[in-house]
Amino acid sequence: MSEPVIVANELVKRYGEFAAVDRISFEVAPGESFGLLGPNGAGKSTTMRMVGAVSTRTGGELSVLGLDPDRFGPEIRSQLGVVPQADNLDAELRVRENLLVYGRYFGLPRKLVAERADELLAFAQLEEKAKAKVDSLSGGMKRRLTIARALINDPRILLLDEPTTGLDPQARHILWDRLFRLKEQGTTLLLTTHYMDEAEQLCDRLVVVDKGTIMAEGTPAELIRRYSTREVLEVRFGSDRNSEVAARLSGLGDRLEVLPDRILVYSENGEAELVRLTDAGLHPITSLVRRSSLEDVFLRLTGRSLIE
Amino acid sequence: MTTLTGPRSDSARAIEAGRRSRTWGAWYVAEHRFRVMRSYTGTVVVAGIGSPLIYLYALGVGLATIVDANLGAGAVDGVSYLVFVAPALLASAAITVASEEFTYPIMLGYKWNPTFTGMHASPLQPAQIVDGVVISVVIRMLVNLVLFYALMLAFGAAPSPLGVFAILAGALGGLAFGTVIMAYTSTLEEDTGQLAMVMRFVVLPMTLFSGTFFPLSTFPVWLQWIGWVSPLWHSTELARVFSYGAAEPIWLTVVHVVVLVGLAVAGWMWARRIAVRRLRK
Repeated sequence: MSEPVIVANELVKRYGEFAAVDRISFEVAPGESFGLLGPNGAGKSTTMRMVGAVSTRTGGELSVLGLDPDRFGPEIRSQLGVVPQADNLDAELRVRENLLVYGRYFGLPRKLVAERADELLAFAQLEEKAKAKVDSLSGGMKRRLTIARALINDPRILLLDEPTTGLDPQARHILWDRLFRLKEQGTTLLLTTHYMDEAEQLCDRLVVVDKGTIMAEGTPAELIRRYSTREVLEVRFGSDRNSEVAARLSGLGDRLEVLPDRILVYSENGEAELVRLTDAGLHPITSLVRRSSLEDVFLRLTGRSLIE
Repeated sequence: MTTLTGPRSDSARAIEAGRRSRTWGAWYVAEHRFRVMRSYTGTVVVAGIGSPLIYLYALGVGLATIVDANLGAGAVDGVSYLVFVAPALLASAAITVASEEFTYPIMLGYKWNPTFTGMHASPLQPAQIVDGVVISVVIRMLVNLVLFYALMLAFGAAPSPLGVFAILAGALGGLAFGTVIMAYTSTLEEDTGQLAMVMRFVVLPMTLFSGTFFPLSTFPVWLQWIGWVSPLWHSTELARVFSYGAAEPIWLTVVHVVVLVGLAVAGWMWARRIAVRRLRK
């Protein structure tokens, strides 16, 4: 394997007494798509800012493209593309102009920036909007423009902080498709998300982060295998009855998870569990058998669901 | 270098690519600001020509007729009222540009439409962002003042051959006031009316009490301190020295320059420090 492009070792970021990031270690290989999965406030964005060389670490070691972000901030940033959580496109400029001014920040010649701007507008499917005002774009279009802007310097690593938060399902799928193309072209992606489907779609490997520390690391499939069962049976008995019924379910499946609105039965065979349940004289209002997801991994690891 | 532990080509490429932004970063920010200003070129031109026309005409011609008729030509600081008031209006025009460009656009950049955050995600550094904004505003200010000065010449309001230096005096005043206001605005996490207060209780009184429309010496001594601490008074007096050779001791001229340069540098450095604090959390 070639040398990693990002190495974090016992990385710490403290704000006063509060440790937003508490000794996180991970490595990202070139061309890899690596995710930080966790709930809001887990320390994902803070980690991202340190890797993006815009926040100074309190402790530990960090190397991006072989350089220390504390000393080589501008140099590292010259090789990154950054898609922040909140759009910060310049609303006073038009769509294409946003790309033009941004390309210049990297010291690229105007002619090259103009060429790339046109290519990237095509990539982001925004050619017809080139002269539009930024404010007239939909949320999904703004995100795509932000991604196009992040690619203007042909970055080695693309950092994406919650890339699809706040987008409707269709816009998310368009965005995933674009990101998948980049991945295919060999761009290294580092992304944070609190959506397990997004992590499953885009990440080769990920870490589950909670309260500033890493809870688990692996490929999505590995994590599911290690921390969950193949299938999950979800049953609902009505909010007030769930906990009461749960007592009678012990012994069912490999493991039970009682949530306020539903009970999850972890098992290799969900249908079989459902049969056992009805044989025992229990009749849930609704039942559903599905494959385990990263949501289940997170629930297992932290005892909480991802989106609260 | 021992720090280059990673793949050589990556770090070498990064170091090469970072060089231009390290050197020219502030200019790239200025370029961006000019593009934004272009979207309100109309306002800049109208303000640049229209407002001096109105002021010069109303005060320098209208009001001057009464002043000169009552006090005789040469009664205010030894020159006609038009000649007396014109360099002060020029200096005020610089303050107006500064109070436009160093307040809301700064609030916008940090908070409302955080383009400064976007800039910092690129190779640009916080101090370069501040420098770039300052460069762009100074250039815009000079354009406005050159137009203003041209109109002064047309009105016959700048008799001295050194008059053109009044432009620099005015710009220096705008910069001195502007960088301090920029730094102050940078400290605001939210605008809950502070900027409007600045306009009402700093900019307006400053214009009235800085010897703009009548000499500071007309005031009782206990009010004159407003002028002494006002960058506008210092730049106005300096502009008068150049535009009609206003008589003042040389030490006072030096004081004007020292105060203005001092304020400009202090505000600038302060704004840079806040930029680092805000952008590198």
